[in-house]
Amino acid sequence: MFSEKDLEKIKAGKKKWSEVTLAKTLSKAPEKKVKTTWSGIPVETLYTPAEIAGLDYESKLGYPGEYPYTRGVQPNMFRGRFWTMRQYAGFGSAKETNARYRYLLGQGQTGLSVAFHLPTQAGYDSDHPLSMGEVGKVGAAIDHIGDMRILFDQIPLDKVTTSMTVNAAATVLLAMYLSVASEQGASWDKVGGTIQNDVLKEIICRGQYIYPPKPTMRLTVDLIEFCQKNVPTWNTISISGYHIRESGSTAAQEIAFTIADGIAYAEACAARGIPVDSFAPRLSFFFNAFTDVLEEVAKFRAARRVWAKIMKDRFKAKDPRSMMLRYHVQTGGVTLTAQQPLNNIVRVALQTLATVLGGNQSLHTNSYDEALCLPTQGAVTVALRTQQIVAEESGACVTVDPLAGSYYVEYLTDKIEAEVEDYIKKIDAMGGTLTAIEQGYIQKEIQNSAYLFQKSIDSGERAYVGVNKYIMEEPPVTDLLRVDMKVGEEKAAELKQWRAKRDKAAWQKALDKLREVSKTDANVMPTVIEAVKAGATVGEVCDVWREIFGQYRPKEFIS
Amino acid sequence: MAEKKIKIIVAKPGLDGHDRGAKLLSRIFAEAGMEVVYTGLRQTPEMIVEAALQEDADVVGLSSLSGVHNYFFPKVVELLKAKKLGNVLVVGGGIIPLEDIPTLKKLGIAEIFGPGTSTDTIVGFIKANVKSK
Amino acid sequence: MDIDYVAEILEGSPLAMARVMTWLENEDERARSCMEKIYPHTGNAYVLGITGSPGTGKSTLTDGVTWQLRNKELTVGIVAVDPSSPFTGGALLGDRIRMTRHSADPGVFMRSMATRGYLGGLAQFTRGAVKVLDAGGKDFVIIETVGVGQDEVDVMRVADTTCVVLVPGLGDVIQSMKAGIMEIADIYVINKYDRPGADQLFAEVQFRVDQDSSIKDRSWVPPVIATVAVEGKGEDDFLEAITAHRTYLEQSGKLLEKRRNRIHEETLQMIHHELFRIIRERLTKDSRIEQMVEEIMNHKLNPYNVVEKVVDEWLPASRLK
Repeated sequence: MFSEKDLEKIKAGKKKWSEVTLAKTLSKAPEKKVKTTWSGIPVETLYTPAEIAGLDYESKLGYPGEYPYTRGVQPNMFRGRFWTMRQYAGFGSAKETNARYRYLLGQGQTGLSVAFHLPTQAGYDSDHPLSMGEVGKVGAAIDHIGDMRILFDQIPLDKVTTSMTVNAAATVLLAMYLSVASEQGASWDKVGGTIQNDVLKEIICRGQYIYPPKPTMRLTVDLIEFCQKNVPTWNTISISGYHIRESGSTAAQEIAFTIADGIAYAEACAARGIPVDSFAPRLSFFFNAFTDVLEEVAKFRAARRVWAKIMKDRFKAKDPRSMMLRYHVQTGGVTLTAQQPLNNIVRVALQTLATVLGGNQSLHTNSYDEALCLPTQGAVTVALRTQQIVAEESGACVTVDPLAGSYYVEYLTDKIEAEVEDYIKKIDAMGGTLTAIEQGYIQKEIQNSAYLFQKSIDSGERAYVGVNKYIMEEPPVTDLLRVDMKVGEEKAAELKQWRAKRDKAAWQKALDKLREVSKTDANVMPTVIEAVKAGATVGEVCDVWREIFGQYRPKEFIS
Repeated sequence: MAEKKIKIIVAKPGLDGHDRGAKLLSRIFAEAGMEVVYTGLRQTPEMIVEAALQEDADVVGLSSLSGVHNYFFPKVVELLKAKKLGNVLVVGGGIIPLEDIPTLKKLGIAEIFGPGTSTDTIVGFIKANVKSK
Repeated sequence: MDIDYVAEILEGSPLAMARVMTWLENEDERARSCMEKIYPHTGNAYVLGITGSPGTGKSTLTDGVTWQLRNKELTVGIVAVDPSSPFTGGALLGDRIRMTRHSADPGVFMRSMATRGYLGGLAQFTRGAVKVLDAGGKDFVIIETVGVGQDEVDVMRVADTTCVVLVPGLGDVIQSMKAGIMEIADIYVINKYDRPGADQLFAEVQFRVDQDSSIKDRSWVPPVIATVAVEGKGEDDFLEAITAHRTYLEQSGKLLEKRRNRIHEETLQMIHHELFRIIRERLTKDSRIEQMVEEIMNHKLNPYNVVEKVVDEWLPASRLK
């Protein structure tokens, strides 16, 4: 972007500045010990055009809404419409969660995001022995289509888009959702939303796996294929880096391993014979946002560029929508502290700003009390208002990609892009993402970063407000949101009734059919829909597959 | 007699899959000279206690971030006692509200380490409180 | 009330077995009298050794064999040995993770152990642990160790049947086959057979086995078994090979011969270990060893006359002059 002559001048100028002006200051007072981004990228005192000398504007940055999408996937970004404000919520029974949804929609939230309790995510009914103590704890207890009806009672599914965090059991929950939509009279081509359906990261770091990699990937692709034909605007997978970052990765690793997962899904879809431009536009992503604003902005920009290149060059996509990296963001759960919890409001605000400056499509902001418990209603409201303040008051939305051209941000963007591409190369050389996961490579890389970070906090080398610096005595926080243990008993009783009431013969027939279809190569989705309509529970459907596919036996790698 | 080592079971009770802390601490404990048995995810209290029994553990460390600590932690202590393992030091960590800690301690959990605790504090506590056998 | 550890072990109490193993690990004196009393009750368990480099899937194979044995209603004891860090002395013992499906099964007892850098040798201690499980009534005892160094070879001598696990792509085959593995392997397992290079590895191992057998005229030619342990594939072939080797040992009388050799070796080693322990303890107690080192350094003494002096002091009659 600069002429050779200008660059020479700047290099000479910087050298002189460093030797004279800067040196004088340094001789009087030494600098702080940590001079890196939060993820550990070394950072210089000053960035000038010299550090981004190789940056070609047209090919590396270009224009928003155009390849390589570094500056955003929409031409005018937030000047048209803000991102979707989508708070992840769910706890206790379907009825309680439904009430929280209607409250949030009343407060100006524009989309829903369902948190299911862990038994649903792991494919167990609420009365399974492994569900003991877990019912309704971190999400809504959804066992069958009846629960799904209550969950979306008086919420029109053709008007509100819904995101569902369920992975290994995604087919079952989507089958219930689509069935409820039909009952409401909503046509499937008007039903929009996202299902997480990302089983690889469950194996890498989140732990809600059920089946071994091969059969679980088959279910993932079944869902993608079914939606591509029947629910055209549904985002069939949300390839998630969020949890990778939460488990300790750096910003660059978050992008690298998420994109590696993305490549594995794209390959699986291609192997099924689905043309790339039929499935790729419906692949969506999910990332984290930490407090180091500029590093995060660079991360999002680099991610868009890398993905566009991969879809174009590697998968030969032609449709521009196949190359657009569209993503949801959640602010960083692990960045929140239990100490001085009100400080978390500030962290979330900075993370929101980073997200918006990075050019997201939707966002969940965490509540300040989440390092202590499930978010209370008051805290959820502040979190939503944080998004609204950034949207309406901060000025971050008035132009597209406002930080482009910052020497530092462009330098970081290139740096993260290079690190991501390096990882992808390494993973390819190992034989692909599945092999890298099987060998524990990805897991160990993440754990090692987590370890280094912890060491820097323990030693005090890196300051963390309220944790290792500016510590103060404080009384315990009370009035936390708690889920009554009774929810478990009530749900177990309800399940008993549900099983007694349903048409036994129809239920048995549907499950038998599911068993037969699952043994073939046919797409399971239509049969799953029949089964859930016949009253089959999440646990019953998942058990059929446990029987056929076996269960994933985790390998844990501790580095 | 050879040098004695502290043997610790690190376990994730319930369905919670957040194991960053558990794995990180496993490594830190090993670096502090302990012998660490990590059980992996989805452990029932029975499985954890069986591991403590067969491994003749000195310490059981439990990690929970899904709000199930009030159910699982005391259950582990209770089963340990039933297996004549009342001497085993039980500690816990994760997302645990401060107001729950007094009750958990009364029920036999020696200490709870919340988010932000330095790993030196945890290692120091274990070394100071482990009982000989 | 004091626990009668011997009686409890003989009844299969996990608590007692676990505690005595700890004493063995710590070289605690309390172990000795227990071991003496349980000794008459040992010799019933069949001992299987599984060894191979890290990442070959030994734990998963052990888990699979255990599953198969449990289906035949045989009880199983497992000793899984992992290395201690030479720098910190700590260890990460990860084998239990692969065994989760047996964790509530009273028919399976699993113990993870760290190598600790035993002065008396790892084998010494493993033998003790195997005896505890044997006396505790386990039908099968499986010893699982990492690597193929001298320590592991020693450990494997405790086993009736020794299985060496190899995987394609690790590139350590020829090396390990030179390093004494041919001598101890009764069965070769090529695990992760779904990986590229598996057939080639199989052929290579088979070739070396044939070559070795033709030179040494062996009556047992080690079979080579292909498995994909994570999917449970080949588990039954593996168990069949183990059973075949056992039958061979029993029918040919080699089992008794093997066990007699083992007792011979073990007894000598135990004497060695005990003498060494006593002498080491005395020499370190009053820092005499340090004085000796000092004097050797200053060339006032040399190691040869120090040895003579020390041994004469405590074992005067032992020297053949």
